[in-house]
Amino acid sequence: MDAISGLAMGFGSALTPINLGWALLGCFLGTAIGVLPGIGPALTIALLLPVTFQVEATGAFILFCGVFYGAMYGGSTTSILLNTPGESGSIITALEGAKMARNGRAGPALVTAAVGSFIAGTVGTLGISFVGPLVVEVALKLGPAEYFSLMLLCFVTVSAVLGGSALRGLTSLGFGLMLGLVGIDLQTGQPRLTFGIPELLDGVNVVLVAVALFAVGETMHLAWRHAEGVQEVRPVGRLWMSASDWKRSIGPWLRGSFLGFPFGVLPAGGTEMPTMLSYYAERKLVKPEHRAEFGTTGAIEGVAGPEAANNAAAAGVLVPMLTLGLPTSATAAIMLSAFQSYGIQPGPMLFTQQPVLVWTLIASLYIANVMLVVLNLPLVGLWARILKIPTPQLYAGILVFATIGTYGISNSVTDLVLLYGIGIIAMFMRRFDFPTAPVVIGMILGPMAEQALRQALTISQGDWTTFVTRPISLSILLLALLALAGPRLWGAWRARRAG
Amino acid sequence: MKQPSPQAGTPRADLGVGLFVVLLGLLTVYAAWAIPDSPLYAQVGAKAVPYLVGGALVVLGAGLSAVALRGGWSRDIEEAMEAPPTNWRAIGLLGAGLLVQIALIDWLGFVIAATIQYVLVCAAFGSRRPLRDLAIGIIVTLGAFIGFSRLLGVNIGAGVLEGIL
Repeated sequence: MDAISGLAMGFGSALTPINLGWALLGCFLGTAIGVLPGIGPALTIALLLPVTFQVEATGAFILFCGVFYGAMYGGSTTSILLNTPGESGSIITALEGAKMARNGRAGPALVTAAVGSFIAGTVGTLGISFVGPLVVEVALKLGPAEYFSLMLLCFVTVSAVLGGSALRGLTSLGFGLMLGLVGIDLQTGQPRLTFGIPELLDGVNVVLVAVALFAVGETMHLAWRHAEGVQEVRPVGRLWMSASDWKRSIGPWLRGSFLGFPFGVLPAGGTEMPTMLSYYAERKLVKPEHRAEFGTTGAIEGVAGPEAANNAAAAGVLVPMLTLGLPTSATAAIMLSAFQSYGIQPGPMLFTQQPVLVWTLIASLYIANVMLVVLNLPLVGLWARILKIPTPQLYAGILVFATIGTYGISNSVTDLVLLYGIGIIAMFMRRFDFPTAPVVIGMILGPMAEQALRQALTISQGDWTTFVTRPISLSILLLALLALAGPRLWGAWRARRAG
Repeated sequence: MKQPSPQAGTPRADLGVGLFVVLLGLLTVYAAWAIPDSPLYAQVGAKAVPYLVGGALVVLGAGLSAVALRGGWSRDIEEAMEAPPTNWRAIGLLGAGLLVQIALIDWLGFVIAATIQYVLVCAAFGSRRPLRDLAIGIIVTLGAFIGFSRLLGVNIGAGVLEGIL
């Protein structure tokens, strides 16, 4: 099915009152929770996963899409008004945005972030509609060997290329893979890594791990280094962009959007790299008379570009998730597990087997995008008030929701012990700068990769060379090797030239 | 370069992390070894991938330990170096809150256990008005309970207060 007729069908189904209601609820919840410092879309969707027991798939995914886009909007508000980025993609927004807010220009910073997110969301969603079906056509030709290689590439890029250290990223991934192994092996029915604990036979729940990493670990880390004091929320001021602000923002919005989307689509995922690149590009391209604003009073280009790049990349992540079933961000991994709880396996077949679901989901991304830009600027006063919840009550509340979300899975105290135990590990991961997203990705993608590996080896009758004799698989593996070794070789080469 | 770190034990802390990862890997290898051999024939059995993951963790842990022995990586993390000292009071109260939850949830139910946890966590983060926290805590936990059990249809178990509702 081509994109145009797909979208026509999708809008037909998404524009019913009940589905519009789900989108509105998702946008509202997503923004409200995204505004809370330190909480992002992955945790919000994880806590809302029980919705999947009650609501049919389409409604639930419309809700999740609203939450996904809404939490991104909320995150930029926090970065600007509180200088506390909720996730790695908004670190750059905080850099310039908080400086603008300190100089009384919070209003223009919020408007340029919101409009930039809207433009990037539109570019990103258009990208999904038109790139998605193309990827599906290629993906249908891939066998288990190619899939396994693709997953290896995914593992390498999400853990070793992004972030500070390949060693720490891969360790996080290994921890996630280990958690993914717990439970009954699907092919042989044997229990693995359960240590004789019956509750572990079903495996470790991904909601539990996400909540432990993103809520419990974060709260513990804050308590560990807690010092009394109140963080200052900057006043919003007048939500108004002058003609010169508009003129200065348009270029960065568009450049950021077109820079961010491809990064999201590639299995490299991640929003750090495109936001950084956009920031550096805008600092280079800015008119000389405004250059001094960067890093001092805050330049509007430095908010507009990276914020657009962040949103476009986040939208791009949905392409490999929907078309290949490969999650490359923590949020995408949680969404994938939502699909699985409906018994739906995202991947190339999804577009042919569940066309209504896929296209309704994509259409609802457009709708969420429009809703957010209409809703958020008038409501920014409300969001700013959420930021004023005092730290003790905020984190006590987060723990209450973390606990109920986990206890609700199976009413088992074992789950709570696991939740707090993994929370303690997450606290140390935070302190020692281990990335958390690879844990969730490894946990979801690990079992899928193992299955692909075993299928590929069954087809090849145990011949491991199948991965390097099939040309597509070999090229993907070489790409993974390049992604792993490339940055280090490049660094060594530059060091030699400099020395 | 920075001044010598104020936390002299930092490379040792990094070494601890490296060794913990090695231990995690060894535990995985042991658990893989403990999987009984399947009577079913398979090209790749149930043990292969656990061995692989365990082995990888051992290698990564060894790598981290090697980095730690050469001075560690913590000294490059600004946030950790500039952090205030460990707040034992906060960590202690938070830990107490978590233990209370584990101990009481099956016995008294979610609402009561979570309310006590709420008050303790508030105290951990420096709140000095426990009665007000108690009042807010009851509202928050009841709201969470009703939201999850009625709206989302999640079974949150039976407890003293839950039975009345």
